[in-house]
Amino acid sequence: MTGSPPAIEAVDVSRTYQLDGVSVEALRGVSLVVQPGDHVALVGPSGSGKSTLMHLLGGLDRPTGGRLVIGGRDVNALSPPEMATLRNETIGFVFQAFHLLPRTSAVENVALPLVYRGVPARQRRERAAAMLGRVGLGHRLDHRPNQMSGGEQQRVAIARALVTEPTVLLADEPTGNLDSVTGAAVLELLERLNAESGVALVMVTHDQEVAARARRRITMRDGVVVADSATDDDATHLHDRPLSVDHGRPATLVPAPSAEPRSVSGSGPGHPSGGSGGAAGATGRLPHPPVNDRGTGDAGVVTGDGSGS
Amino acid sequence: MRVAEAWRVALDALRANRLRSALTMLGVIIGVASVVLLVAIGTGTKQKVEQQVEGLGSNLLLVVPGRIEVGTAPVVSPLTLKDVDAVTRVVGDPDRVAVTIASGATARAGARSDFTTVQGVLETTPAVFTRSLVRGRYLTGTDVDTSRRVAVLGDSVARALFPDRDPLGQQVTLAGVRFRVIGVFAPLGQSLGVDRDDEVHVPVTAAQRLWGTQRVDGIAVKAPDRERIDELGERIVAELNRRHPDTEFSAVTQQQILGVLGDILGVLTGVLAAIAGISLLVGGVGVSNIMLVSVRERTREIGLRKAVGARPRDIGVQFLLEAVLLTTIGGLTGMALGVGTALLVDALSPIPAAITWWSLALAFGVSAAVGIVFGVVPAQRAGRLDPVVALRAE
Repeated sequence: MTGSPPAIEAVDVSRTYQLDGVSVEALRGVSLVVQPGDHVALVGPSGSGKSTLMHLLGGLDRPTGGRLVIGGRDVNALSPPEMATLRNETIGFVFQAFHLLPRTSAVENVALPLVYRGVPARQRRERAAAMLGRVGLGHRLDHRPNQMSGGEQQRVAIARALVTEPTVLLADEPTGNLDSVTGAAVLELLERLNAESGVALVMVTHDQEVAARARRRITMRDGVVVADSATDDDATHLHDRPLSVDHGRPATLVPAPSAEPRSVSGSGPGHPSGGSGGAAGATGRLPHPPVNDRGTGDAGVVTGDGSGS
Repeated sequence: MRVAEAWRVALDALRANRLRSALTMLGVIIGVASVVLLVAIGTGTKQKVEQQVEGLGSNLLLVVPGRIEVGTAPVVSPLTLKDVDAVTRVVGDPDRVAVTIASGATARAGARSDFTTVQGVLETTPAVFTRSLVRGRYLTGTDVDTSRRVAVLGDSVARALFPDRDPLGQQVTLAGVRFRVIGVFAPLGQSLGVDRDDEVHVPVTAAQRLWGTQRVDGIAVKAPDRERIDELGERIVAELNRRHPDTEFSAVTQQQILGVLGDILGVLTGVLAAIAGISLLVGGVGVSNIMLVSVRERTREIGLRKAVGARPRDIGVQFLLEAVLLTTIGGLTGMALGVGTALLVDALSPIPAAITWWSLALAFGVSAAVGIVFGVVPAQRAGRLDPVVALRAE
């Protein structure tokens, strides 16, 4: 188990954009390792570089500095078509806005990644239908997105992300467009699939409770990782350790307080872990293989099982 | 498998914007339909002219003084019936040689009159030019030898002078001299806007006397076979040059006449097709335009497809197929419309129209090519979209 290669490895990765001739450093030297089966919550204020990091981890974008290895392949050495194939084979995406194709049935939406893999039509449908069954939508195969609720649409999107049996599932605020009850159910589904299939789950979230349920929490600010529970300490129950990210946040970066529900929990003393220290720590080896967390993870999914029945 | 999927997606996209697709296709439809129609009219005209020239009789050789070239002045003919005898000796068969001396003249019968062309001819004319009669008989050798004042009327002349009477045996006055009608030609119809039934044939000798001349305008020879027609022409021209050293003579065959007419009509057809092609081009620009709109509208879809593994080429092919589908569906509809209109024009108007398979194949090929040419830029743009930017698009 310990010998299995990391799903994604980022070493001192940076990403600089050119906007109207001005360089904007979205990521400034991020190092982290996503292991197979990981369950990671990526948190941080708006503009902290979470989305940029997600795009890089998903092979949608390339770093302007550092080394990024996805599924054993260095993305800097890959052509755009090779990147596309890499995404198809190793990454599953779940977006806040679902991004389902309109006028297209659930089963065809789910089968879409298999189209680009060259899977024959009948096999595509069989696999997509089976995957929809696993997310509890076996009875909705031929429904179109506009005939389904938001929660159902996100389940379709999750099925689409997993139909290719990727090693990493990247979810960018998957519950952001859903009400709390539906959101919780979708979250439980993601956690259950993470536990069952061993796909690594990396999830951007603003929801403190959602983040707390992850086995590992990575906190970003100003384009760097300021905290990574996998390297900071051995704690697995992160909700014992509420993190107040509001402390060191520059006032200029605060867009709207309402967009940051995190501040509600901001009562504890927090760990004013220095940005540089966190980033340096992230480069270090993981203290233990995350697979060992499986037991803890299963325990945390008790509610998930409840919803599944 | 991916191409099949791309076809399905392209069809879906067209169906999703029915009105827009239809309007975009309309440009291509009009372009292709006008190409097909105008080429059909050009081809039909050419075929009709060819039929008429060939209808003059096969293996025909026309011998005239001067050169048959655009821009050369007409030459007063020095030819007489003696020259015709000389040509007959070269040919070796008097039945294969015809002559003509023609002039405009007013034909009168009673109170009716008609300005027509009076042709002085030999009795061999029907055999050389393949003419047939509906009434009476044609001129005989005796008629010619004795300058008998007898006339064979063209269909139009017969109708004009004798609308309610049988012309046979009636008198007509040609340039003040009375002739007796002995026959009426079968109608020939029009050729390039000229009424070919507006003529009166009289013995060449009578015509010469009528106009007080010894000359004939030209000689026509029906060659025994196609292979030696050019050689025969050269021999006839050589003989005439020997007899009239100061005049040039030309011998032209039907093939040469057809060649010249065919060239002219071919250029005409080409010009018409090119004008129609411009509208097809404009239709293509419309396709390009709408494809750019389509790419912009579906930016998020493109981003998503890329996220789940579509390569730039997959996206490009998808949009290219959409453009090609637009123009080929438009092309097929335009072809149907063009063929339908051509058939109507041919049936209901004096303009002839003929559909050729090559013009349909060309129209279809061009419309597909227009789709490719005008779809490439939008397709490339779609294929190159940055997935991160595309996913964020509104």
